[in-house]
Amino acid sequence: SSHEYKLNFKKSKEMCLSYIQDAMLQKQWKKAAEFLTFYVESLEKDFSTEHVSPSEMIWRIGTEILCHHSHSSMKEFNSFTEQMKSLGVKRYLKVCLEHTFHLLCNGLIDEAYQNLSLSESWRFGEQTIIQDKEMKLIKAYRGLLDYYNWSKQKNILLEHGQDGFEDLTVEQEMHSCFRKAAVNLKEIIEIPGVWDLFVKCYVDLLEFYGDHNEARQVLNEYAYNSKFPANPNAHVYLYQFLKRHGESKKSLVSALKILHDVVPSHELMIDFNIMLQKSKKRKRRRLGLEVIFAVLDYAGWKENVKAWSCLAKQVKQIVISEKYLDWIQQEWNSRKDWWPAFHFSCYLAKRNWQENESLSYEKALVAGILLGKGCRYFKYVSHQGCKAQVKRFRVLKKFVNKHNPVYLRISG
Amino acid sequence: RDFNERCAQCSEVNWGLTDGGRFYCRSCHNVTERTTDAANSDFVCNSRIQTISKGLKKQEKTDGGCEWYVCEGFQLVLKKQAESLEALGVCPQMKDEVLCNFWRRYLQKTKQAYCNTSAGETVKALSVCDSSTDVDSEPETPSPLQLLSLSESEGDLQTDSSFASSISKVSESTSVCSGSVDGSLYFMKNRKEKLRMTMPMTLSFCYMALLWLREPMTLSDLLRFVVEGHIPYLNVFQHFPEKMKLYGLDLKIFCVESWPVYEEVYNKMLELAAFLDLPRFPDITDSCFLHPDMLCMKYLMEANLPDELHNWTCRVVKKIRIGEADFLTLVPGNKSTRNVKYDVLAAAVIVVVLKLLFLLDDHYEWLLSDFAEERNKNNKEGGLYFEFKKWYKVIKCSLDVKQKKLDEERAKYLWRCEKVLFYSDNKKSKVLKRRQMVVNLQNQFGKLSGSVLPAEKPNPSSFQLSWSEENTDGSCFHGHSLKGVLQEKRGLLTVKNPDYWLCTVKLCNEKTCGHLAHYREADFPQSYHFVIQLFSFLLRIQPSHIHEEVCVIEHKLFNKKLCKKRKYNTGLRK
Repeated sequence: SSHEYKLNFKKSKEMCLSYIQDAMLQKQWKKAAEFLTFYVESLEKDFSTEHVSPSEMIWRIGTEILCHHSHSSMKEFNSFTEQMKSLGVKRYLKVCLEHTFHLLCNGLIDEAYQNLSLSESWRFGEQTIIQDKEMKLIKAYRGLLDYYNWSKQKNILLEHGQDGFEDLTVEQEMHSCFRKAAVNLKEIIEIPGVWDLFVKCYVDLLEFYGDHNEARQVLNEYAYNSKFPANPNAHVYLYQFLKRHGESKKSLVSALKILHDVVPSHELMIDFNIMLQKSKKRKRRRLGLEVIFAVLDYAGWKENVKAWSCLAKQVKQIVISEKYLDWIQQEWNSRKDWWPAFHFSCYLAKRNWQENESLSYEKALVAGILLGKGCRYFKYVSHQGCKAQVKRFRVLKKFVNKHNPVYLRISG
Repeated sequence: RDFNERCAQCSEVNWGLTDGGRFYCRSCHNVTERTTDAANSDFVCNSRIQTISKGLKKQEKTDGGCEWYVCEGFQLVLKKQAESLEALGVCPQMKDEVLCNFWRRYLQKTKQAYCNTSAGETVKALSVCDSSTDVDSEPETPSPLQLLSLSESEGDLQTDSSFASSISKVSESTSVCSGSVDGSLYFMKNRKEKLRMTMPMTLSFCYMALLWLREPMTLSDLLRFVVEGHIPYLNVFQHFPEKMKLYGLDLKIFCVESWPVYEEVYNKMLELAAFLDLPRFPDITDSCFLHPDMLCMKYLMEANLPDELHNWTCRVVKKIRIGEADFLTLVPGNKSTRNVKYDVLAAAVIVVVLKLLFLLDDHYEWLLSDFAEERNKNNKEGGLYFEFKKWYKVIKCSLDVKQKKLDEERAKYLWRCEKVLFYSDNKKSKVLKRRQMVVNLQNQFGKLSGSVLPAEKPNPSSFQLSWSEENTDGSCFHGHSLKGVLQEKRGLLTVKNPDYWLCTVKLCNEKTCGHLAHYREADFPQSYHFVIQLFSFLLRIQPSHIHEEVCVIEHKLFNKKLCKKRKYNTGLRK
């Protein structure tokens, strides 16, 4: 490659930057720091046309180096960040936020709190309005820390309560934390976004003080308001809340149904299936079958005994009753081309039998129903089971043999 | 003032004092050798008598600064540069006589000094920024903001400005948008288009003086010394005296933010030499350092090539007659002869010789090398034969190391100096704050850099690569023999290589293309590219410049054959 023998300020700083980036990627923090010392003079030249200004570059790079460098201390980091705050007023609140995060990551909760409080009181003419988003975040995080304090007070109170002590100051402190937290948390979750942690904490506060209606409303909003981005967790939180408060089956089912639509492989789907299987309503039991089949479409569940046992139970029940075999047929239709290789290969038969007898049992049951007694998985496992003289396998073998015609009907 | 002798030329008694402290006749500009006792070559505000005839009083401004003109600034720069050149071993004549006289001639030609005021309208300061001046007299003056916003370019504005004519106006309202009196002038389009002084041009002056004295320093050497910091160029204003305040447009004039470019400095030098009506420069003869025979020797040594190659370079030089004084010597203003870049020429000659001996087609040179290797293995007597392969490995290794180091230096280059400059007073506090922050950050991260010693300025050296025959690892090829690639034919020593490939069959038209030949790495053998790259590094210029010169030399060398070919071709067409 040809080398340029010309050089100007801009080019030389660009080159410097690429050396810094290389060093950082290779985690050579000393080298990165060295080249940064040569880069900082670019602060003296206005690069207003650049996409990322030198001051932002220096802030971000400097932060990374100070985070990772073995000789850097929290004190150094703080002094550096303070300098960065004065460097770009347009970035002031952002720097404050990142500073807070860093303090939190290092366990300096009190310092983080102070930092947030200080930032909250910052005013700078037009900039305050322009940086409104950051300000909201700052308030929200302070709300979170208030919640954290509240939680601490609560625990102290509970402890004292157990010991028979009464502590008025702690209680007052606790309530004041609550008030501060509630205000800020409520404000942030009104803005469309993903606020999982904030929502959880807020709901926790509301529940403690007995405001269940507000809590339910908040969770409903979070889960169902179309302005908010689709968030499976919202439905999880809602479901957990409803369950805690013994709400109707109907509301529980509707909450989980959405979760099934959005994340068919969610771990709550097991509970969902169990709930649905028990139901007297035919539609719900049908849904249950759909749910459990969907779960096992995902590789993460392949070796989960519980999931297989749910499916096995439901399938067995259907076969015995000889009603609704078409349900199985419908579900199996789209899966018969790939499930055999995915779940019921010879290799898996051997492995499952070796590693997990219960797993192989459940799977064998399902395989036997869906693929008939000639199915290799079933044959191998049941043979092994019978050889090992495990009772349930003999039962299994008999069962599948007895119901083989069902397979013939299912497979069309 | 006490000097009452009559002038030798015009018999008048009308003396002035030059900056160099010599008396000169104001009537006929005859410069004498007589100096004052206070031959103070330092710039002192008060002692400047009307070398630049303005009739202005030397007012001390309120900030402790004094009035100064841009050309005075440049004069200081040249002085500093000359001093450092002297420290590098250049003869003192350069500073005291040659450069001085060139500069004076320049001032004269651009009517900034040594001339009558009546024609000196060009140097009247522009009271652009002062709102108290009569705006009507200059309706089209651009605002200072407009001037300041002309960033990288030297900003020739389209507006033509009329100048303030009254001296009193000037003295009251010295430009606030530049520390110098005439800083703003520099960005006005001057109808007469005289050669306006720039920082790169200071190097043109220096080179011109070096060339006049035939000093052993090529332009590439000079520019390399500048980059390495041995010659003041970047931030040279920090040597200006305290009273000479720089701000505003002065920054655009004196602050450099790029390395000097060879082509630019060279071309400006030619322009300058013509502009100054200089006569034919002293002859470059074969005992001069700049003569291709000498420079080839130097470069051969530096490139670690066998001394025997020198015979061949001399032969080529002689054959195409580029060793003749008439070819090599600079005649300013002569457009018919192509001007000579001595360093590039010598490098190109070596490349051509290597092509003659080794072909450099990515095949033949390795073949020759293998033969040499065989011979060297079996027969150690009578000295080693030169092996291209070995040489390539050694040079590539060194070159890679040096190149990597150079790249790092480029990335670590510091452009700012301790002296802080600002465009205007209202920016002062901001600039100083920034500077403080930069210093703090440098300290903070400097501590985290580990035990890194600050890069020391390399000692100025004419040779960038050096090889010693005392090295036992056999990495020095100076003494190696070329016998492996030569053969005797009818009592003459000729090359074994029967072929030669031309870099280009036809040269371009310089006027349309800007160059005589163009270079694209992919079009040429890698060995050729390697050799070009080597000299490109040594001279710190783009490979294409060397390639171009190689093409020109080849066309001279094979002129007859090319002519024949052309004639033959035309014959066929008919």
